[in-house]
Amino acid sequence: MDLILEGIRKAFYLLFTFDPEVMGITFLSLKVSGMATLISLFLGISIGTGIALSKFSGRRFIVSLINTSMGLPPVVVGLFVTVFLWRNGPLGILGILYTPTAMIIAQSIIATPIVMGITLAAIQQLPQKLRLQILALGATRLQMVWFLIKEARLPLLAAVMAGFGGVISEVGASMMVGGNIKGYTRVLTTATVMETSRGNFDIAIALGIILLLLAYFINLILTRIQQRERPS
Amino acid sequence: MVIENPPILEVKNLEVKRGGTTILNVPSLKIKEGEILSLIGPNGAGKTTLMQTLSYLLKPFWGEIFFRGIRVKTDHSVLEYRRKLAMVFQEPLLFDTTVFNNVASGLKIRGMERGEIRKRVMQELERFGINHLRHRVAKTLSGGEAQRTSLARAFALRPEILFLDEPFASLDPPTRTSLIEDLEHILQQTQTTAIFATHDRMEALRLSDRIAIMDGGRIIQVGPPEEVANHPVNELVASFMGVETILSGKVIRKDGGTFITSIEGQEVEVVGDAHLGERVVLCIRPENVTLSINPSPKGISARNVYQGKITRISSMGIYQKIHLSCGFPLIAYVTNHSLEELSLGVGKDIWASFKATAVTVIRKE
Repeated sequence: MDLILEGIRKAFYLLFTFDPEVMGITFLSLKVSGMATLISLFLGISIGTGIALSKFSGRRFIVSLINTSMGLPPVVVGLFVTVFLWRNGPLGILGILYTPTAMIIAQSIIATPIVMGITLAAIQQLPQKLRLQILALGATRLQMVWFLIKEARLPLLAAVMAGFGGVISEVGASMMVGGNIKGYTRVLTTATVMETSRGNFDIAIALGIILLLLAYFINLILTRIQQRERPS
Repeated sequence: MVIENPPILEVKNLEVKRGGTTILNVPSLKIKEGEILSLIGPNGAGKTTLMQTLSYLLKPFWGEIFFRGIRVKTDHSVLEYRRKLAMVFQEPLLFDTTVFNNVASGLKIRGMERGEIRKRVMQELERFGINHLRHRVAKTLSGGEAQRTSLARAFALRPEILFLDEPFASLDPPTRTSLIEDLEHILQQTQTTAIFATHDRMEALRLSDRIAIMDGGRIIQVGPPEEVANHPVNELVASFMGVETILSGKVIRKDGGTFITSIEGQEVEVVGDAHLGERVVLCIRPENVTLSINPSPKGISARNVYQGKITRISSMGIYQKIHLSCGFPLIAYVTNHSLEELSLGVGKDIWASFKATAVTVIRKE
């Protein structure tokens, strides 16, 4: 019991003294996962909308593939990204393995199908006739797509939350492609794993609390936006 | 020499196919500026397909569409053309935002200046009596309010042609009546050319300058309401225009301006012309059939008088629909008051009569 209490006490000490190392790790976590979420939003919303609005043979297969990928195991993603970026791998020439860039790539691969799957479902559940109505209002095709995305904004906010939540909390891919290098690629999750394995529970608990608070506050903001939009 | 303006909309050889079958085939249709044309017909008649094709929302199709004499063709002119139109669907299809923003949406799409948008939107909100709702979110509106918003959104565009695809079909009767009254007034006021699909004859008769009856993807008949109502080209048109009794018979005698048709052994006298031996279809509107207890009631000079038995009575609200069997089936409408006065009931024997002029003839040859 002492172990836990001491851990929590130490955790708050680290938090309120703005320990530079903990702060650095937190910022890197936010930066990597934030970037990855942005990239996944761009790819996921555009491709998801594109697929939702088009008809082609093999569409069902593609949709099932996207839905399956929504639950991609981070370690598998980590493995493939590592293989690709390995020194003599296909993209080894880039020399970005064990850098934050590699982590952003891996996390984008995890988050993109999540955003894409939710976008696809959100756009598809809008009434078919709405597209005709928007075109009948004189919209170009691009304007129509923009209107549809605006109509689906509430489920799309859920996509942002799910995407960000998925990547900020994953550890496998970050560990494999980032390497948990102190001051360079060490993020909250990889640091927590390391400190726990070393028996430094106080720091591990502090990092865990920060991770929870981070996830909580970002979702709180998005939830507020979502609930404000809800008709009373 | 008088040079006529080209019609605002003209189509030639319009054809739409889906999966190898033709679902719309309109060889020719012209719509004059300021005219209100109603499309009526059963579900699946092609009303919606025709409207969506005319507004270039449904592709591909064969044929040509001319707007003020100029053919709508390339992609650029399709957008330009579509921006001269507006469409209101059966569902309001509002955006998840305020009433004001909904009415403004088409104007924003056109990149109109904000002050101008505000002016136009306020004008339409006022016109449709929904100014007090302008800050409300569309989702919270009632069916009638939502459809008013949808109409205001369309009128805000000052369309040169307005397409109305059964806009009142999902409204309750009182809401529908008040909205039709307002729309009738606004259409008159703005002189907007409109194409109006409905399956309600009364709406069509009330609003339109011409009526087109559609079935199976074709326009069966098009003309002013009186013409379509009084001279239907076939049974479908007749029944859509409110004829309840449609009888098929053979001309057996001619007598001056009238002829006698034999229908299941009974004779019916009709004013008009037909050849001896010709097969004709007779249409009798229910409101033209008079019922009485005696064979020759005072003040009625009807030539066609039959004794019959009541087979069924169905209530239509303010009046009753009486199904008779008098050698042939005949349908009459009576008021609730007459129903009681004549003490009508199923199985009762009664006399039915109608004038020779009350029969509309459809000639098959």
